[in-house]
Amino acid sequence: MVSTAPEPIRFDLRVIGSLIEPGSTVLDLGCGTGDLLGWLAETKQVVGTGIEQDKEKAAHCISRGLSVLQGDLNEEVEDYPDQSFDYVILSQTLQQVMEPARLLHSLSRIGKRFVVSFPNFSHLGVRLQLLLKGCAPMSRELPYNWYDTPNIRVVTIKDFRRFAMKFGYRIVTEIAVKTDYQSKQGTVVNWFPTMRATYGIFVIEKRRKQPITGQSHE
Amino acid sequence: MTGPAATASEAGSAGVGDRRFFTWAEPPDEFILENGASLGPVTIAYETWGELSPRRDNAVLVAHAFSGDSHAAGFFPDDPPGAKPGWWDFMIGPGKGLDTSRYFVICANMLGGCRGSTGPSSVNPETGAPYGLTFPMMTIGDVVRTQKRLLDHLGISKLHGVIGGSVGGMQVLEWCVRYPDMVRAAIPIATTLRHSALAIAFNEIARQAIMADPNWHRGNYYDGQSPDLGLAVARMVGHVTYLSDEAMRRKFGRRLQNKQSFSYGFDVDFQVESYLRYQGSKFVQRFDANSLLYITKAADYFDLAQREPPAPTLADIGGVAIKFLVISYSSDWLYPTYQAKEIVRALKRSGLNVSSCEIEADLGHDAFLVDDPRLSRLVAGFLDGIDGA
Repeated sequence: MVSTAPEPIRFDLRVIGSLIEPGSTVLDLGCGTGDLLGWLAETKQVVGTGIEQDKEKAAHCISRGLSVLQGDLNEEVEDYPDQSFDYVILSQTLQQVMEPARLLHSLSRIGKRFVVSFPNFSHLGVRLQLLLKGCAPMSRELPYNWYDTPNIRVVTIKDFRRFAMKFGYRIVTEIAVKTDYQSKQGTVVNWFPTMRATYGIFVIEKRRKQPITGQSHE
Repeated sequence: MTGPAATASEAGSAGVGDRRFFTWAEPPDEFILENGASLGPVTIAYETWGELSPRRDNAVLVAHAFSGDSHAAGFFPDDPPGAKPGWWDFMIGPGKGLDTSRYFVICANMLGGCRGSTGPSSVNPETGAPYGLTFPMMTIGDVVRTQKRLLDHLGISKLHGVIGGSVGGMQVLEWCVRYPDMVRAAIPIATTLRHSALAIAFNEIARQAIMADPNWHRGNYYDGQSPDLGLAVARMVGHVTYLSDEAMRRKFGRRLQNKQSFSYGFDVDFQVESYLRYQGSKFVQRFDANSLLYITKAADYFDLAQREPPAPTLADIGGVAIKFLVISYSSDWLYPTYQAKEIVRALKRSGLNVSSCEIEADLGHDAFLVDDPRLSRLVAGFLDGIDGA
């Protein structure tokens, strides 16, 4: 039960939300003030849990009726049993993670599927800044200087596809979007996404070995 | 942040009310404790605030910490002017964290205590003298079983919530493993899954201080001088563990008490010495030394991860519908946040619905007893999101 009415949420979160089937169980990593979880609960009867490092934001989520754990997402994902959730969501956080491969492995373990979104570093504007100015790119999606940025990973849509192939992740859905930082407006990019999209959104499934069937041992 | 809880200035007092008593287990139908000993009759002192709904489904049980009592909020009819309200008055009342215009709030003095419930200072009807050390060693599980009996008496078969800090938080967790189908929401605050060596150590120092007092007489002091010095020292140790390095620096630093220079002796020089002596001497007026021995030992025995069957553990309640909110405080060194995380981890492993939040505060373990709108908002919002009431 969430007390607030559904409000329009960030465009990329809305795209992610549209990928989630009604009634699913969802874990949202870095859930902030709970906009996506609240929207999913309200519009899709999703049973959601969030993880948020910021104490004020986590407390805000809890006091609006959401189930949220305050803590470090790298640690908090460890304790769930395998396949605890239908979906695990990591939105706009991958570029800040110290060990992305390890974290994504955990997500594939605890979720049947996971959704990951990140700012696309091969966007044309980014390419031009490096080519013409010779400077580390800054944009509305990545508004920091090299010395004060929390974004320690540079990842492009193409990079992520390669990563998925190499580590045995099946890309169920890939959506490239063009939206401004924190904006509620945006469009889905179908032509030249690696150049034109500001964000990439992927739904991933781990290629699992066939479950072993046979007698179970107590 | 916004939330349903009103600020203290808007919220009202829980009002004036009296303690009530419930007595049962008259011999030969005595209460059998976890260790096999029997006790009877058993009296539990309790207070309530708000109205029980016609469907009897809006009750919230408050479990008090080791030195607390049933007087969690409001005033007694015979309070002198200027008397302090109950120990969690900022949390309990109309519009407060536990909103008494919505919930029927209950708080009972724990078994083994000395504020109206049966404990070592109560008279054993068989001998006509106080139990002293013949009082059976009770556990947190026994305390919770007496609360369950009280709820049966009040006709309450489902709790909207159970909440408590410190030893009260242990009771919250014990409720969830013993009566999982009776609890909708559980809020353990500043507490632990099992007592750590550090916590046991401080309790042992407190007990030794009492038992070393020549007035203790192996617990048999009720017709003479009480072991006040030992009890005061025990309380001084307790108070150090309830504060934090930061809080003590801020509250006292190295400031001197009513003097400009050292006395070069063993009188009070520092403000912190004066504070501890004052707290110690105040405590002996309202608390029984034997109760401290029993309750601290019950806390030391508390372990929800590993215990002898048939007592249930957190691993035994997979799949129950209880929603948990685990709260800790950043400067609590008695039950630090890593212990709250242990609770959260155990609940996650059992597939239970759990929220958790560390509150940033420099007041140490005692922070949950100090008026803080963040706690009120968290609790009010969390309870509001629980279906059923």
